[in-house]
Amino acid sequence: MTDKTTIIVQSGDMDKLYSALIVSNGSLSMGMDVSLYFTFWGLLRLKKGALEKGPLSKMNFFGLGRLLMTMRMKKNKVASLERLMADFKELGGRIIACEMTMDIMGLKRSDLREELIDEYGAVGTYVQEARNSNITLLI
Amino acid sequence: MAEILVNVTGETCPIPLVEVRKAVKKAQSGDTIVITGTNQASKKEIPMAAKALTLKVLSIEESEGIWTIKILK
Repeated sequence: MTDKTTIIVQSGDMDKLYSALIVSNGSLSMGMDVSLYFTFWGLLRLKKGALEKGPLSKMNFFGLGRLLMTMRMKKNKVASLERLMADFKELGGRIIACEMTMDIMGLKRSDLREELIDEYGAVGTYVQEARNSNITLLI
Repeated sequence: MAEILVNVTGETCPIPLVEVRKAVKKAQSGDTIVITGTNQASKKEIPMAAKALTLKVLSIEESEGIWTIKILK
């Protein structure tokens, strides 16, 4: 059985989405399977046009810190979250959307980028993914 | 027995690894993948990824900060 990484993406902060997608793309590149379980603030980033809109988790300063960070990332040629997401899907990464979060936040499937989402599920889906994983993270 | 070139010069983590993985997926058995880049972590990690994918690293060279890694699929 192929080694696997499963990550709960609970945060919608920009830097934490970078962590999640970089670990994911690294795992895929090194021959592992990857499932990302998007829940709470993380799931909001799967709304249309929202992926790049998260604040910094620290020193955001009402968006100023985020702006400086974005500029420094561009200077160092760090890929955008959209690029990382496109690579993630191209390399076969799977995305699960949390249905309970959708209920709480009043989100319909049509509010989300359905083309990115492979499955809609709840905790049982996550547990089945995680119990067969070598790496599990909550970000 | 084609030679597939992957240029990741100036690119940083995780793009070099990702581009190598994409090239490996597209390559046929017997093809050689030639990667050039400048990110130092990638020079170490691309051979690690090749090993994880059970591919053979043919050579690793570097001159003036630009490295070239050859992998056989």
